[in-house]
Amino acid sequence: MKPAAFSYHRARDVDGASELLSQLGGDAKLVAGGQSLVPMMNFRLARPRHLVDIARLDELSHITPDGAGLRIGALTTHHTVETAKARLGGGFAVLSDAMSWVGHVPIRSMGTVGGSLAHADATAEWCLLAVLLDATVTVRGPDRAERTIDAADLFLGFYTTTVEPDEILTEVIFPRPAPHAALTEFAQRHGDFATVAAAVDLDLDGGTVRGGRVALGGVAPVPVRVSAAEEVLRRGGPAGPELFAECATAAASAIDPPADADGSAEYRTNLARTLVTRACEEAAHR
Amino acid sequence: MTDQYLVTLTVNGEDHELLVTARRTLVDALRHDLHLTGTHVGCEHGVCGACTILVDGAPARACLMFAVQAEGRDLRTVESLGSPDSPNDLQRAFSEHHALQCGFCTPGFLMLAEGFLASRPRATKAEIREAVSANLCRCTGYQTIVEAVDDCASRRRCAPDTTEGEATPEPGQNDTPRPA
Ligand SMILES: Cc1cc2nc3c(=O)[nH]c(=O)nc-3n(C[C@H](O)[C@H](O)[C@H](O)COP(=O)(O)OP(=O)(O)OC[C@H]3O[C@@H](n4cnc5c(N)ncnc54)[C@H](O)[C@@H]3O)c2cc1C
Ligand code: FES
Ligand code: FES
Repeated sequence: MKPAAFSYHRARDVDGASELLSQLGGDAKLVAGGQSLVPMMNFRLARPRHLVDIARLDELSHITPDGAGLRIGALTTHHTVETAKARLGGGFAVLSDAMSWVGHVPIRSMGTVGGSLAHADATAEWCLLAVLLDATVTVRGPDRAERTIDAADLFLGFYTTTVEPDEILTEVIFPRPAPHAALTEFAQRHGDFATVAAAVDLDLDGGTVRGGRVALGGVAPVPVRVSAAEEVLRRGGPAGPELFAECATAAASAIDPPADADGSAEYRTNLARTLVTRACEEAAHR
Repeated sequence: MTDQYLVTLTVNGEDHELLVTARRTLVDALRHDLHLTGTHVGCEHGVCGACTILVDGAPARACLMFAVQAEGRDLRTVESLGSPDSPNDLQRAFSEHHALQCGFCTPGFLMLAEGFLASRPRATKAEIREAVSANLCRCTGYQTIVEAVDDCASRRRCAPDTTEGEATPEPGQNDTPRPA
């Protein structure tokens, strides 16, 4: 289908984009890579009256080490992160590796990190990574007001975030390296949004697990941390099949996933168990 | 809302001025305004890949971009590859390997492969398989498409490098990060 009519505004910088959003009011939408918004417009699931194009704001396209952490500009593409593995080093290789799960080459060359977080698909890799690694996002509102939002407070429900319509997500900050982290998932066809996605970040001391984080996508309206599974990791033990199976079983018992055309609740629960096990194994081998 | 925008699109090295409404997708502008009908259009939501072109050298879906957004970008379509009388090496490889039947998906696969091989000239067959999974072909089957791309890539690797002439860079120099 063809999208409904709208008018087009190209922002020159972040301040300009922010002014445009304030002036144009509630019917305006930002467009970054367009890989989620434009399909929705072509289906007329979205009918913004104004599009504010921020795709060319180079100031928001960067990957910057910050102390032990990493800041990624909102307009950095999935492809840029995927190919920056050498530069990111072992501490953030999980981000590069996870990109191979995001759609396909042509989607990754246009789609952006900030667009993914703002779009907030329940199985999006960036949303899962942000929740897993305790990321924060910076948003800029009218009059240059800036605030930060913890990933834990960012996602409200299906495709809904706490970023206001007149705010621009400018960057995401990963506060600490995650050398033993991995993301894995299952989709009917490679490149589709996942049915279930699992991500694990282990605190490893030699061959011993001393704690860690477990996050799941596709089992609730937003990506979730699974405290019961993290409790197993916190009690710790040798990094091996026994501990990982216990962790995965705890994760599977803690969730109450939805059923839809992609799978029943039981199927998703089984997927979650398998995927948490795999993610633990991959994370331990890094 | 039905305002017209005057935009200059750089397609296959040539500048074209055109008047479009904001909602004109790039693929429709290429086909209907510039009459470059080599780029096909299928699903209009990014899934099938029939509309794949190169935007600043990278494969992208022309149905997920509006023409007004494409100003200042280097756009390349299948028309830039070769002509029916003198197809380029990738097109010849598709023909030799029977990588097309009805041909509807072919322009998208060609541009996907051109963009992919430009950035990954040493791609393995497995990587090529994964890359071409981005596009849908409903009648040929992917095996011959993978073989065509792989064959073209290995021939390009064997061909004397006419672009540089200088010593090939040491491994590692290629990894110089480009600005994000
Ligand atoms: C075929 C296909 C397969 C895909 N598969 C996957 C997948 O497996 N996993 C996955 O995660 N994604 C997938 N995607 C989506 C892709 O990752 C998108 O790039 C991403 O969801 C949105 O990023 P974007 O830059 O394209 O945003 P846009 O489409 O431009 O915008 C999306 C939304 O975010 C808002 N927005 C964008 N940037 C900002 C900002 N800086 N501040 C505030 N709001 C903003 C927009 O207003 C809009 O509401 C797929 C897309 C396609 C077409
Ligand atoms: S028409 Fe663009 S991907 Fe199908
Ligand atoms: S050749 Fe017919 S769809 Fe690919």
